[in-house]
Amino acid sequence: MTPRELYTSPRGGEKSWVGNAFLFRNVEGQVRRRGGSQRVQSRGRMEFLQSLHPAVLALIRVLLLVLPLLMLVPGLIWWERRLLSWMQDRIGPNRTGTITLKSGKRIGTFGLLQPIADGVKLFFKEDITPKSVDRVIYFIAPGLALFPAFALGGTLPWGPPTGLWGLLTPVANIDIGILYVLAISSLGVYGVVLAGYASNNKYSLIGGLRSSAQLISYELAMGVSLACVVMATGSLRMTDMVFEQQKALWGVVPWIQNWFIFTPFGFVSFVIFLICMIAETNRAPFDLPEAENEIIAGYHTEYSSMKFAVFFMGEYASMFVFGGIISTVFLGGYNLMPINWAILAQDLPAAAGLFNFLDQANYTLAPLGFLLKCVMGISFYIWLRATLPRLRYDQLMALGWKVLLPCAVANFIVVAIWIMATSLYGVLGGLIAGGIAFLICGVLYLNVMAATRGQRSSLEKRTLVLTDGIGTDQRNQVELVETR
Amino acid sequence: MTSNQLVFLMLAGLAALAAVGVVAFPSPVRSAISLVINFFILAFVYFTLGAQMLGITQILVYTGAIMVLFLFVIMLLNLGAPDAKAKVSGWQTAVAVALGFGLFGIVAGQVILPLSSFTQPRSAIDYGSPQAIGQTLFTGYVWPFEITSVLLLVGIVGSILLAKRRI
Repeated sequence: MTPRELYTSPRGGEKSWVGNAFLFRNVEGQVRRRGGSQRVQSRGRMEFLQSLHPAVLALIRVLLLVLPLLMLVPGLIWWERRLLSWMQDRIGPNRTGTITLKSGKRIGTFGLLQPIADGVKLFFKEDITPKSVDRVIYFIAPGLALFPAFALGGTLPWGPPTGLWGLLTPVANIDIGILYVLAISSLGVYGVVLAGYASNNKYSLIGGLRSSAQLISYELAMGVSLACVVMATGSLRMTDMVFEQQKALWGVVPWIQNWFIFTPFGFVSFVIFLICMIAETNRAPFDLPEAENEIIAGYHTEYSSMKFAVFFMGEYASMFVFGGIISTVFLGGYNLMPINWAILAQDLPAAAGLFNFLDQANYTLAPLGFLLKCVMGISFYIWLRATLPRLRYDQLMALGWKVLLPCAVANFIVVAIWIMATSLYGVLGGLIAGGIAFLICGVLYLNVMAATRGQRSSLEKRTLVLTDGIGTDQRNQVELVETR
Repeated sequence: MTSNQLVFLMLAGLAALAAVGVVAFPSPVRSAISLVINFFILAFVYFTLGAQMLGITQILVYTGAIMVLFLFVIMLLNLGAPDAKAKVSGWQTAVAVALGFGLFGIVAGQVILPLSSFTQPRSAIDYGSPQAIGQTLFTGYVWPFEITSVLLLVGIVGSILLAKRRI
């Protein structure tokens, strides 16, 4: 039996992918490149997967997305508590699972068991249902909060589109990938709003109202900032976006990948999307729906035990998935580093072996790289929570409507002009037109901002005329002067 | 019965149930939730017919934005169950139900018989794709599209003018 037959046999699938890939490389005596027709794969595993019914394969893909998400949530809660304590110069939960020996020596687990203890506690707590709640809506609201968090990742490619990963990711590689993300994330508000309504508590209601107003305001800027990337890609498909980001940087440097965060318009979109994403997940500094110093705990005031835990879980899961979305759209998806190893290996033959190894590692360990980016995203959330105080409601609305939305629209116009001019006058003409458009939009924006700022400092006068119907001379004129 | 028909009947039945719920629930919030469910299920009907773009726009615009605003307003005004329901007399209900079923019968007679022989969507695979819709929208229907956008702009300006006299 030749080595090749060994590895094409179904049993061969037991081996690791790296090992298989290297063996294949040796057997065939050549190095395959990215963009080539086919990647070297563990054939046995792939054949087995391909022989499955498409529905079964789809189910496997769904489970591969949802189960890790479910399992990661406790870890994320631990990570948030520990990281937050380190940032605040505390130690954080580190006692659970610690065994103290007779000699005084302690065997600890860094508090890793704390989420399990929390989960057990939440599970066995008394489940209180207040008398005056709207029972049906009260019970379905936590489920509605959890559903979008898990459905959100449906179009996320957490691995390369070729070979084995191509079969397993994404759950659905549909034409409308990014629109799906927007649509599902806009459903996230229902859990919060209905929980606030059903609790029949004024603080819960205020929390729900705040959440819906916040989400509607920030969804617009989010959509427009994503539209810039969609125009640059020319497709709504998430896998196409990642593929576009693997091209040469600014069309010039072939060794470095053109992640959208490296381009000027992409960077603006990235910042806008980042802010909107935090507002969308109701996290600090945008956590007004659960502002504890004003409205107790906001929409989940009346929820206890497991129902509260479900809200908690939904929040963390959606944070994690949003980290994945921003990685896919702006940070090169599953590529760990913005370097095209295969092209580098071709241009620098001296170190080709190393670069090819890294290329292969980048392919094989792609899901791990993606996971790392998601964790970085969630760490950023925690960092912001430790750094920024909560916004006031008028600041929140002003940021959403007066800053983010105009910036996003200006960016959108600049990208559109840049693309049009590039197709008409070539690369240089496109850059010049884009630069001019950027300048005009910037000047316009600054002018509008200056105009509104000047108005804000002046007093707003309103004249209220009260007539009692006797005669025109007996008017009481009340002048209200509002200061801001 | 083919599996296509089964899926369609399930989705359509759920949508129809939700639509009945919109009218039947006395509480405005439950009515609104039924409408949300109806819109959401309708999007799935569009998906099964190959109109992905239409379906996702349905979720994005109706379920995700418009119905959230509906709920927002209902909750802001804190509407309870209306008292108007008690004033409706028996014969009014009877006439309304009869007329409703009559209308249903007329529409169903026109739709069900001619369409019952079809067991699967006949459109092309990429019929409802974003590319196809974009091509149609910006070539054949570019004037209606632009005029609609102007209409929306007028609406926005008008609402701002009504809401805020001093800008």
